[in-house]
Amino acid sequence: MACSATAQIIQPLSINSARSVDNSDACAKILNPSSFLVSTPRINKKLFSVNKSISPFARRSATVFAVSSDVVKEKKLKSNSSLSNLLITKEEGLELYEDMYLGRAFEDMCAQMYYRGKMFGFVHLYNGQEAVSTGFIKLLKKEDCVVSTYRDHVHSLSKGVPAREVMGELFGKTTGCCRGQGGSMHMFSKEHNVLGGFAFIGEGIPVATGAAFTSKYKREVLKEDCDEVTLAFFGDGTCNNGQFFECLNMAALWKLPIVFVVENNLWAIGMSHLRATSDPQIWKKGPAFGMPGVHVDGMDVLKVREVAKEAIGRARRGEGPTLVECETYRFRGHSLADPDELRDPAEKAHYATRDPITALKKYMAENKLAAEAELKVIEKKIDELVEDAVEFADKSPVPARSQLLENVFADPRGFGIGPDGKYRCEDPKFTQGTAHV
Amino acid sequence: MAAVTRGLGATAALSSANSKKFQFTTRRSLSGRKGSFFAVESNGNPRSSLNRHNNRTRQLVTNAVATKPDSAAASTVSKPGHELLLFEALREGLEEEMDRDPHVCVMGEDVGHYGGSYKVTKGFADKYGDLRVLDTPIAENSFTGMAIGAAMTGLRPVVEGMNMGFLLLAFNQISNNCGMLHYTSGGQFKIPVVIRGPGGVGRQLGAEHSQRLESYFQSIPGIQMVACSTPYNAKGLMKAAIRSDNPVILFEHVLLYNLKERIPDEEYVLNLEEAEMVRPGEHVTILTYSRMRYHVMQAAKTLVNKGYDPEVIDIRSLKPFDLYTIGNSVKKTHRVIIVEECMRTGGIGASLTASINENFHDYLDAPIVCLSSQDVPTPYAASLEEWTVVQPAQIVAAVEQLCQ
Repeated sequence: MACSATAQIIQPLSINSARSVDNSDACAKILNPSSFLVSTPRINKKLFSVNKSISPFARRSATVFAVSSDVVKEKKLKSNSSLSNLLITKEEGLELYEDMYLGRAFEDMCAQMYYRGKMFGFVHLYNGQEAVSTGFIKLLKKEDCVVSTYRDHVHSLSKGVPAREVMGELFGKTTGCCRGQGGSMHMFSKEHNVLGGFAFIGEGIPVATGAAFTSKYKREVLKEDCDEVTLAFFGDGTCNNGQFFECLNMAALWKLPIVFVVENNLWAIGMSHLRATSDPQIWKKGPAFGMPGVHVDGMDVLKVREVAKEAIGRARRGEGPTLVECETYRFRGHSLADPDELRDPAEKAHYATRDPITALKKYMAENKLAAEAELKVIEKKIDELVEDAVEFADKSPVPARSQLLENVFADPRGFGIGPDGKYRCEDPKFTQGTAHV
Repeated sequence: MAAVTRGLGATAALSSANSKKFQFTTRRSLSGRKGSFFAVESNGNPRSSLNRHNNRTRQLVTNAVATKPDSAAASTVSKPGHELLLFEALREGLEEEMDRDPHVCVMGEDVGHYGGSYKVTKGFADKYGDLRVLDTPIAENSFTGMAIGAAMTGLRPVVEGMNMGFLLLAFNQISNNCGMLHYTSGGQFKIPVVIRGPGGVGRQLGAEHSQRLESYFQSIPGIQMVACSTPYNAKGLMKAAIRSDNPVILFEHVLLYNLKERIPDEEYVLNLEEAEMVRPGEHVTILTYSRMRYHVMQAAKTLVNKGYDPEVIDIRSLKPFDLYTIGNSVKKTHRVIIVEECMRTGGIGASLTASINENFHDYLDAPIVCLSSQDVPTPYAASLEEWTVVQPAQIVAAVEQLCQ
């Protein structure tokens, strides 16, 4: 298994050389992604293959293969660039471009607004990781669910939540998708099935598992026609957390229709993934639980999309979960409060050359899918959309005091019975938000 | 047949101006009407119409003190209802709700094939299948989170903690997600989960299996907590908790699972936010819940013989407190003793003391006495364990001192 020790671009701290002479599986240097990992030298036609076990109580044996981006690369190389061999059509290309550009433009605007004092608190931007969100979420139906972390603006946008609502939420206005009550880290949308937005890492993974469970329940108990899939997005730091492993186990055990998408951007605030993880190859943790583990170049939206198609397809067909590790990078700090002094500038420069938006643009130009002018039209449209979102959010009203006590309980009788015998929520001060509960 | 949930008015609409009819003078009489359903009011305040209906309700409750069944008093009357143990009552309630709504499911360790560590779900796996009665791996935080995700997407899970203490591992999900997601999502997602399990001090189970988590969870905004103490209220509260759209934590007690009582055949659902009048009285208000109710009733017998007339209220709703029932009682007796199994520090009693002081200070003739368990990890030795919880003798002594 190749684990080249060439140009040491990604070493913020020197790793003691003892590690590199360890068995190659423990190789900790993540360098050129295409020389990454292939667990078997032969690459099967199907990207994944899992032996189906006959009875739920039989010992599960899964022959799983990890696939590197080489597979997709090979596919591309074989093509002679004729349109029919391309990975995407023109419409799809434009859709992907628009979505990624929206993500980037929106996040850049967020940074501006933050420094102008329009939003506060912890804001975590997604710049650089757009390929993962777009690559996966654009393949979903409206009924499919997405669960994210605090870095959730772009996941929400990709899933279809209007930019106005996300910006409104960030500004803390009533027109926000969560009425201003959630904020940057808690984006929810019932209409678009975005189940959050969680501040603690790992917290969303069980929720995603639950949503996938509901899908299976609807199919098998309620006998409804349901092939809804859930995607859980989380980072490299989360992959050392118990909830991650517990959910991998349950999802594989019950063959839940879920895809675990790891956005490995190598850094958990200031903690390098290599310093925090005994075996940094996260995709390997999938087969340990009986599901395929895949590693993919997360800076290339087309590669992500190919892997996503297969993983989502698997889940829809009822074949169970998949763990997809996307190697990606965030161009900005962990949050807008992070000075981002720890990361090597050379590392940042390296990944800047692999900007997913530029890469897609280049692909579309080379394959004559879209002219420069067409892309400019999209960019202009998105810029206007984001400006409009800011204006909308700016003009929206702040929540009135009466909103304070609403939504604490779905059934407000939960506030109990007051000394006068009436339910607390019937107290007129309750609706004014001034009641003492 | 549908049951009527006792709420303010009979509908969920909260704009009713008739809220004062909390005293519930409009209850239907039960006489001879088998097969009908009725809403149950737990307030058996004797000041209101002392109709036969009231007496029946009161009898139903006080006879749960000891395990001996309803004897002489009801022998002349036809005995509707059926006798069962508390865990069977829980099972009955759960089964009725699962039959009624296919979205109700159970998740927990050993709830399926094993039938539940306290047999509350015995027979369910055969009846409902492995997916509806889900045997989970030992991963409380994750399967509680899974229940929350399932609840957000349309199911109504009942999560069983094999022992309430294990739910400490699920604290992250209970606090952050259960309590908060309805709010942080701006009201978009509701979390109709029920989290239940046995807790409390048992018989020499050791410190970690004898925990009382009500004090830890009480500050979490967005959840409700109830504690059952009799087969009658166990079934009623179980059903109410499942039907509620709020996340509800139902505290059961390890030592009460084998209590026997006769409960109605008709379907009934109790009110999650109400307290239960166990024994009306004049001299002192004793507020209690769960197992301590029985220590209190035992002490009450002694006190009655000594000439005292304690009013005993099982608060049932640990969060929020039923300040109406409690307040009425305080206004009548002017003396309050709280008897609980929770720890002294920061327990339910502590909150209740603060709440009563805040709201009814003028009506008190003496400071509130709060009898709680010692702030001690429950020892294994039986003699020591006995002294960590409140015993009837202590309750008698406290009443005597308070009523001097």
